[in-house]
Amino acid sequence: MLFSIKNLHVSIGGKEILKGFNLDVNAGEIHAIMGPNGTGKSTLAAAITGREGYEITEGEIWYKGKNIIDMSAEERANEGIFLSFQYPVEIPGVSIQNFMRTAINAKREYQGLPPVSMVDFLKTMKEKQAMVEITDKLQNRFVNVGFSGGEKKKNEIFQMAMLEPQLAILDETDSGLDIDALRIVANGVNQLHTNDNAFIVITHYQRLLDYIVPDFVHVMYDGRIVKSGDKNLALELEAKGYEWVKGLMG
Amino acid sequence: MDSNPKGNIIEEVTNKDYEFGFVTDIETEFIPKGLNEDIVRLISKKKGEPEWLLEFRLKAYRHWLTLKQPDWAHLDIPHIDYQDIIYYAAPKKRKELQSLDEVDPELLDTFNKLGISLDEQKRLSGVAVDAVMDSTSVKTTFQDTLTKYGIIFMSFNEAVKQHPELVKKYLGTVVPHTDNFFAALNSAVFSDGSFCYIPKGVRCPIELSTYFRINAANTGQFERTLIVADEGAYVSYMEGCTAPQRDENQLHAAIVEIIAETDAEVKYSTVQNWYPGDKDGKGGIFNFVTKRGICRGDRSKISWTQVETGSAITWKYPSCILKGDNSIGEFYSVAVTNNHQQADTGTKMIHIGKNSRSTIISKGISAGYSQNSYRGLVRIAPDATNCRNFSQCDSLLLGDKCGAHTFPYVQCGNDSSILEHEATTSKISEDQLFYCNQRGIGREKAIGLIVNGYAKDVLNKLPMEFAVEAQKLLSITLEGSVG
Amino acid sequence: MDNTDNIPETLKRRILDYGDELLKRKAGEDTAKVTTLRNEALEHFSQNGFPTRKMERWRNSKIIDNLSESYQLYEEQPSHDRKDFCCVIQDFDTEVITMYNGRLADDNILRTLDNGIIIGSSRAAMIQHPDLFDKYFGSCRTDEDNGFYDINTALWQDGFFIFVPANVTAEKPVQIIKLIDNVNNPLIQTRNLIILEENSNLCIVDCDDTMSNNASLVNSFTETVIGENAHLETYKLQNLNNETVFINSNTTKQLKDSSLMSCIISFNGGMIRNNVHVDLDGQGADTQVYGLYLMDKKQHIDNQIRVNHNVSDCNSNERFKGILDDEATAVFNGHVYVAPDAQHTNAYQNNSNIILTSSAKVNTMPFLEIYADDVKCSHGSTIGQLDEEAMFYMRQRGISKANARMLLMYAFAAEISNNIKIDKLQERIDDMIKRRLKGELSSCDTCVFHCNTPKEYNFEIDLSKI
Repeated sequence: MLFSIKNLHVSIGGKEILKGFNLDVNAGEIHAIMGPNGTGKSTLAAAITGREGYEITEGEIWYKGKNIIDMSAEERANEGIFLSFQYPVEIPGVSIQNFMRTAINAKREYQGLPPVSMVDFLKTMKEKQAMVEITDKLQNRFVNVGFSGGEKKKNEIFQMAMLEPQLAILDETDSGLDIDALRIVANGVNQLHTNDNAFIVITHYQRLLDYIVPDFVHVMYDGRIVKSGDKNLALELEAKGYEWVKGLMG
Repeated sequence: MDSNPKGNIIEEVTNKDYEFGFVTDIETEFIPKGLNEDIVRLISKKKGEPEWLLEFRLKAYRHWLTLKQPDWAHLDIPHIDYQDIIYYAAPKKRKELQSLDEVDPELLDTFNKLGISLDEQKRLSGVAVDAVMDSTSVKTTFQDTLTKYGIIFMSFNEAVKQHPELVKKYLGTVVPHTDNFFAALNSAVFSDGSFCYIPKGVRCPIELSTYFRINAANTGQFERTLIVADEGAYVSYMEGCTAPQRDENQLHAAIVEIIAETDAEVKYSTVQNWYPGDKDGKGGIFNFVTKRGICRGDRSKISWTQVETGSAITWKYPSCILKGDNSIGEFYSVAVTNNHQQADTGTKMIHIGKNSRSTIISKGISAGYSQNSYRGLVRIAPDATNCRNFSQCDSLLLGDKCGAHTFPYVQCGNDSSILEHEATTSKISEDQLFYCNQRGIGREKAIGLIVNGYAKDVLNKLPMEFAVEAQKLLSITLEGSVG
Repeated sequence: MDNTDNIPETLKRRILDYGDELLKRKAGEDTAKVTTLRNEALEHFSQNGFPTRKMERWRNSKIIDNLSESYQLYEEQPSHDRKDFCCVIQDFDTEVITMYNGRLADDNILRTLDNGIIIGSSRAAMIQHPDLFDKYFGSCRTDEDNGFYDINTALWQDGFFIFVPANVTAEKPVQIIKLIDNVNNPLIQTRNLIILEENSNLCIVDCDDTMSNNASLVNSFTETVIGENAHLETYKLQNLNNETVFINSNTTKQLKDSSLMSCIISFNGGMIRNNVHVDLDGQGADTQVYGLYLMDKKQHIDNQIRVNHNVSDCNSNERFKGILDDEATAVFNGHVYVAPDAQHTNAYQNNSNIILTSSAKVNTMPFLEIYADDVKCSHGSTIGQLDEEAMFYMRQRGISKANARMLLMYAFAAEISNNIKIDKLQERIDDMIKRRLKGELSSCDTCVFHCNTPKEYNFEIDLSKI
């Protein structure tokens, strides 16, 4: 198994948000996690990627045979865990190109490889940009500075393509996207999807799942998964609404 | 090709310590410690100066005696015993040097370590270098090429001998000896420096550069730089500096004067990397420098760019007097302080000419226990109509034991000028750091990346040779500063 | 130069002599603390004297150069009939304190309201409530470099006193009408004390007016202590003649979760210096300091605003705006200090100026001094003119140049007056701003509220259409 979360409890500032979360993900799978606002979806993404301030009080996160809960955020990233942020932060003065080169070389260093040559790097950049229909111009801009909502999300998928993660988490990647941008982003994801990697798609709406078809759909409520099923669960949820989920809780 | 070759520099940096802190083993000639009229005379005599220059020095010395060390800056300056300083130290010369081959090989080696090659390499990269070590100019490269254009670029000493009329005409016209305590001191005891004159209509084809190094112990360095761009001339001038690591403090009190005549443009770039002292604040250079330019003619322009990473204490305000109509003054500064460093730096833009414009971009970065202050004056004279100033002074704090301060003085005396000042103080956000971490970039590298991005507006103004060095320095200075 | 230097010297000697005499005379009346502070202040003043132009915060002050050696240091009881200046703002009911040349002029000089609020004379408060008075008097910090504080502390005779007990919300705003009838070129020392105990609320409207065109020096000093979770709003309206030198010093100490909203509107005055010093001593404290100055002729305004973030988690917001006509001069020095470990500080500071003539001058110094890293601090200052493009836009729509100017100036000023929370007061002040901009509001010989002309003032154009 590529990735497994066992009985995860996470608190922020003493308040428990995740309350016994379990999830198993095999290579090649796409999992969708749905649920109403404030149910702990973004906390889950933060806990998996090692964000500070999220206290794991109980449970384990297994990835490639290791419990990663003591690893730093950058170690987890270099091990191949990628998060497409819901709200990508602006970093003024740092060009995307410089940023990506620094990130790729950090990963290569972690793997004991020499830095990437400029020629190879630029070639890869060009390829991956095409995948999410990013123009050259965007590449010389500063990381997320002055980007529209759609540009920010495309940029996230572009970075994912560059870093070739084995486990990618898409946190509300569809929010703030118009239909064209949504299609582009989804195409990018589908092209990157192989038998060796896995995706966790966190979303509020079913819409994204028309484009990125999940193998499993999990409904999350109050810090844990309350129902799992195949892609039809998403449709059912869309039809019945989140009130139905509360009903499931009994 | 790489459209951003500056970008990757951070990871090349591995050396965490002050890497220029070696003492060069060169025979040095000293004069006795202390300061009095005899010492002033002795310095002048050693240099074989004409009578007028000795008079200039003595006048300055007598004025200095009446002054008190300024205390208005946001600096905690330990007591300085001005009688405990050696005011002149020169590498011993065996004879007059005619070519680089005759320069002491160890000295050349020093400059090579500093990354200043005084040899052909620089010729290829198009930089003429005047290296000043412990107050004395060692050798100016490129004399021949420059002579072809009528450009004078030589040590101050030589200029006094070869072009006394020019030196006499301009010396002290921008920074008079009465200007301030340190200017008076420098005017009395300056030992050497660089002189540069670009004749009418000449665009200097190469970057001119001076490298300063304090080598001997207990010495002060008091160099004097004078740059004159005659009508329609252009020059880009760079200044760099280093000093060995020493436990005791050393004094550096320099003067830079720039004159831009009608339609002339001078671009002055500094990367200041004097020894900042150790992490406990022991040792380091006291850098008390007066830098000022005058845009004397219409449409003239002076642009200061500085990257300040070194020195235990910095007191420095490169300024522009915008006398000519439509003249332009610019000040771009990155000042980084770490450990126990203190910096009080900024600029003065004095608008006298009509339609004159000035821009100030200052980026302060404080870490460790350091104090970093921006102090700036923008003054629009009543007759200076239609002037424009824009100032932006940002501070970035790394750590909760340091300070970042902003002291702008804005004065406007007419109803057709527009002045804007803005400033922000912030720290690197945890969101930015986590974003970098999530992409696999570790904390220290992430900070280097973000800080370089923060300073980009200023770093972009530097000539390429300097930009690379400056970026490295920013990262080195801040390494280990954030836990 | 030497000649003018002697004036402060002569005046200083007179003040010291008078201070000695006063100490003897007041020995029976003053509380122990007041006596001690008078002594200390005299001592400090005798050593330091008046501030000089060499001092950083007085460098641009014209006040020092314009002191007179012949101020009357003391006047006997006021003899003014307070009926002359009864002030009414329609639909704005206030508790009124009236003062004449620095002395309480009400029949009942200290009154306790039903809810326990005490208002009236500070001298009477010292005598009738010595324990309460001593607990707060002199408890706020001040700036070292201000000799006028010393003079006030040493020589004060009276002023206003407001005490709001814990958990009380004042039903009506307290309006203080301070009139100066400067026949004898007086040096008026007003010493005021405002105390808000925890969980209390108060609004103050504080008006300074002159009743003649003679010269005077008014040296007013107000100490304010805002207790935990207490909230104070204060509006100061300054409308003084061109011969008056007015030093208005305020020092405020704010405890946990307290708030201060201060708005100083300077309509007129020969020379005005507003010293505002706020110490944020309790977490969660919030301070908003607004100022508007509309100066013309040779008037001089100097706003010195110091906000100390001494503890974490406080907010401060300073906005000062001014319009300068003729040969008027303005100085602004804002200083935000953030102490070590005062994390999560939010501080904002702004000074904007419009210069209308080539002989008006502005000096602005917005300072930040920050020793903590997890802070959001920013400041800005601008000096400029009315927006040419906006002017043209309006004129293209048929608005006269004069009206367009007026509208732009009003819009600029309204950014400050919009912060006034009491509608009726805001209307009134907006009206006064319009009059002032039209040149119709000069320093008056009645109260600043112009009760005689309650009709609202309007420009020819409906502002809402812009």
